[in-house]
Amino acid sequence: MEFAELIKTPRVDGVVLHRPFMPTVEGTLCLTGHHLILSSRQDNTEELWLLHSNIDSIEKRFVGSLGSIIVKCKDLRVIQLDIPGMEECLNIASSIEALSTLDSVSLMYPFFYRPMFEVIEDGWNSFLPEDAFKDLESMTDEWRLSEVNKDFSVCPSYPALVAVPKDVNDDTLRKVATFRHSGRFPILSYYHKKNGMVMMRAGQPLTGTNGRRCKEDEKLINATLRPGKRGYIIDTRTINVAQQAKARGGGFESEANYPQWRRIHKAIERANILQESLIKLVEACNDQSHSMDRWLSKLEASNWQTHVKEILTTACLAAQCIDREGASVLVHGTDGTDSTLQVTSLAQIILDPACRTIRGFQSLVEREWLQAGHPFQQRCAQSAYSNSKPRQEAPVFLLFLDCVWQILRQFPCSFEFSESLLVLLFEHAYASQFGTFLGNSAAERTKLSLPEKTVSLWSWVNRPQELERLTNPLYEANSLVIWPSVAPQSLLLWEGVFLRWNRSSKCLDEAYEEMVHIIEYNKELQNKVNSLRRQLAQLETEDPLLKTS
Amino acid sequence: MEHIRLPKVEGVRLLDRVSPRRSRVGTLYLTATHSIFVENEAGVRSETWVLHSLVSSVERQAATSSGCALLIHCKNFQVLQFILPRERECHDVHLSLQRLSQPESYAELYCFSYKPNVDEEERRQEWDFLELKDDYSRMGLPNALWKLSPANKHYKVSDTYPTDLYVPESATPPVIVGSAKFRSRGRFPTLSYYSKENYAAICRSSQPLSGFSARCLEDEQMLEAILKSNPRSDFMYVVDTRPKLNAIANRAAGKGYENEDNYSNIKFQFIGIENIHVMRNSQQKMLEVCELRSPSMSDFLEGLESSGWLKHIKAVLDAGIFIAKAVAEEGVSVLVHCSDGWDRTAQVCSVASVLLDPYYRTLRGLMVLIERDWISFGHKFSHRCYHLVGDPKEVSPVIDQFLECVWQLMEQFPCAFEFNERFLITIHSHIYSCQYGNFIGNNQRERQELGFSRFLKDVDNILALCYL
Repeated sequence: MEFAELIKTPRVDGVVLHRPFMPTVEGTLCLTGHHLILSSRQDNTEELWLLHSNIDSIEKRFVGSLGSIIVKCKDLRVIQLDIPGMEECLNIASSIEALSTLDSVSLMYPFFYRPMFEVIEDGWNSFLPEDAFKDLESMTDEWRLSEVNKDFSVCPSYPALVAVPKDVNDDTLRKVATFRHSGRFPILSYYHKKNGMVMMRAGQPLTGTNGRRCKEDEKLINATLRPGKRGYIIDTRTINVAQQAKARGGGFESEANYPQWRRIHKAIERANILQESLIKLVEACNDQSHSMDRWLSKLEASNWQTHVKEILTTACLAAQCIDREGASVLVHGTDGTDSTLQVTSLAQIILDPACRTIRGFQSLVEREWLQAGHPFQQRCAQSAYSNSKPRQEAPVFLLFLDCVWQILRQFPCSFEFSESLLVLLFEHAYASQFGTFLGNSAAERTKLSLPEKTVSLWSWVNRPQELERLTNPLYEANSLVIWPSVAPQSLLLWEGVFLRWNRSSKCLDEAYEEMVHIIEYNKELQNKVNSLRRQLAQLETEDPLLKTS
Repeated sequence: MEHIRLPKVEGVRLLDRVSPRRSRVGTLYLTATHSIFVENEAGVRSETWVLHSLVSSVERQAATSSGCALLIHCKNFQVLQFILPRERECHDVHLSLQRLSQPESYAELYCFSYKPNVDEEERRQEWDFLELKDDYSRMGLPNALWKLSPANKHYKVSDTYPTDLYVPESATPPVIVGSAKFRSRGRFPTLSYYSKENYAAICRSSQPLSGFSARCLEDEQMLEAILKSNPRSDFMYVVDTRPKLNAIANRAAGKGYENEDNYSNIKFQFIGIENIHVMRNSQQKMLEVCELRSPSMSDFLEGLESSGWLKHIKAVLDAGIFIAKAVAEEGVSVLVHCSDGWDRTAQVCSVASVLLDPYYRTLRGLMVLIERDWISFGHKFSHRCYHLVGDPKEVSPVIDQFLECVWQLMEQFPCAFEFNERFLITIHSHIYSCQYGNFIGNNQRERQELGFSRFLKDVDNILALCYL
């Protein structure tokens, strides 16, 4: 195994582990090809089992002959290992560095992971496009499932099966693909049952500086319009940025060629800006100066919450167009793989109660992020503690989860899942034993044989034991469209992620447990009342004289 | 009633704060105690009541084609915007409301006309409810080390202190009187909270009249007595809650702070909490930020930062934590003061009590705490909350900050408090509304003179509102 070559020192005794909120532990540190493991000397239990792929960066510190390694993780946890012996410390450090920066996907842990649980339902098959289409078919016959991208040759980042308007044939689709960024022609993202309006997404149109047009593209999206009705194109870029894109061969839909569509520009930041924002936010959270002024100004300077506000506002806009205006919507940015997906998935949370159920949310993530071709591998290669210069990394998915959390907090009874599911997805997107978030597209996942060679996160999550922990005790199913407030006062810092390791959540957890007990007890009492009522009714029918008025 | 120029106006629009294009149409009534907006749409009658005593300002805005606007800001931060159809009516309502919301004498206050359905016997029982002696006996006092002093029985030593004051056993009347002469407004060091587990005490006072070099033997003896009443510790803290610069500036006026050289075994500490003027401006700025129409995230955060409000809240909490730690972890007694010893001192002592003692985190306990450290110790409620027309420079959200500190603690320790946020909001509202007599006046002596021999509190009503 290549791994052995990278491990200079596989095992060191007498290592002291420091973790947030837990007492320090002394034990034996082991390095395997995929994990950092510390087993406690006292009772031989494993205190630490950390995936190398979860490590963003490490720092070495020396005091005399005692070396410490500070491990900064992608899930924002920071731990410290005190290693006796300078040489051992240096060896461990360089081994970790090598093991946490492996380039090849097939060396990643999901290919080596053997589940300790029985896979009852294979998550790789839980949310197939064919099944999603069956649901659509039951509501409308205006769409068809096209296999034009069966071998991923028309659009490398799209799935093999896409939903397109019924009357648009595959040849048309091929032509449209040449007119859209990375071949991402407009496809169906969401069908709003209430009024039959749809939301589509795509890459930017390649109009360039010559004002190139594509009649097939116009025909494709016009096919979704009702006679006499207009649609909305939501470009997630400002008009300036969209104009500048022309110089690089991109652009936006002109009024002349798309007269039935009204174009609205928003200002969602590009991916590279977001990474910088995350780094600054985490730095603000770790600031030890305990100065209120510094906290607020650093928080503001990070701009993180500005991004949350902008994305939520755009999603609300899309949802309003569909639900209130009764119009169809097309969403795109530049590639159609980042801000576009944030908007379309959040809009569905707002519009569709099914997306707020546990399965519905998983299905949403599968459809609008994984199958839609969000480049997870690239985006989640590094998190906030990365030392290297960011290339493609950006917390696009984390921002989406943050926005979902904001809505969850504002509507605590409308979600079947609790915050823990969102935190779980954040963790697994960056480092996981499961193969779900590996690769950048459906094509890559097929090429890597992920469904055959790795276990799906959904297989694990959908087991009853896990579901119980992830369920929201306050959930009351409703069929509402929910409109979140995007006022700055309403948007809070997601403490569950950003302050998770800075502040103990013990008291809040206690309060949560208390709430769960109250709800359970209430249910018990309710059941008892119902049972007694039934008994009473029974007794009354048996002996009419007992009847109490 | 004579202040009401116009008791009724029809065709008034109440604008929705969130969606200004939406408004409700109805009739505005002015009574002796309230403004009442009644709408009758589609047979459903809905009423909006606003207590005059809760109104902090009424502004007339420029007349437009749709009418004449009246913007009402309330002391509980509610904001209402009415559009009256005719300018003459607007003028009359404006003047009436201004006069009605700015009473000139205590007799005009709401508590004198408010009559809950409580009989005489119940009222008397509620008098006894907040007997502070019970709180002190809960602390184990009086005991061998601390006694109840009659020195201020007729307010002769300090007219802003209560009659019942606890002092160290070894503090003789001459020491008390001498120390009081050396303290601003006679507010000598006396007990606020006693921790019977470790003998440490939180005492409070005002600033010493030390100037640049004055000394007072009795005041030094007083602190010595406090120190001695904690057999477990050989030193005590003296905490000045003002910023150092302000305290130094006070010396020029013959006041100041304790010199460690003169007082044996004290460790002196400044904890810079700003003064009432800074706090008033801070709250004003923050309210302005909150009223911004469509602020960006940056506007909001920058505005919040520049108001400094959260920084001040943190300063009060930090001070409370310092004192609580001194008592609970070090077992060391603390003397706290600011300038007059009735603003920052009250905040910091009561926050420390909440941190130290779970009793004050119950419904009754919080009311007792406010009764002790705020009402009896002479926090100037009427001045600070502008109950009557007076000096606007005396107004300051001091009690607001304390309530917010409690709220911050509740957010962090949700299971540790018997009451919920609504309790704090209710108390806040009643402090400003003068519906009850508890908060009238500026100290115990004034209340007695006004005829409040005891305090009326419709306990059941308040408690009922607050259970989860």
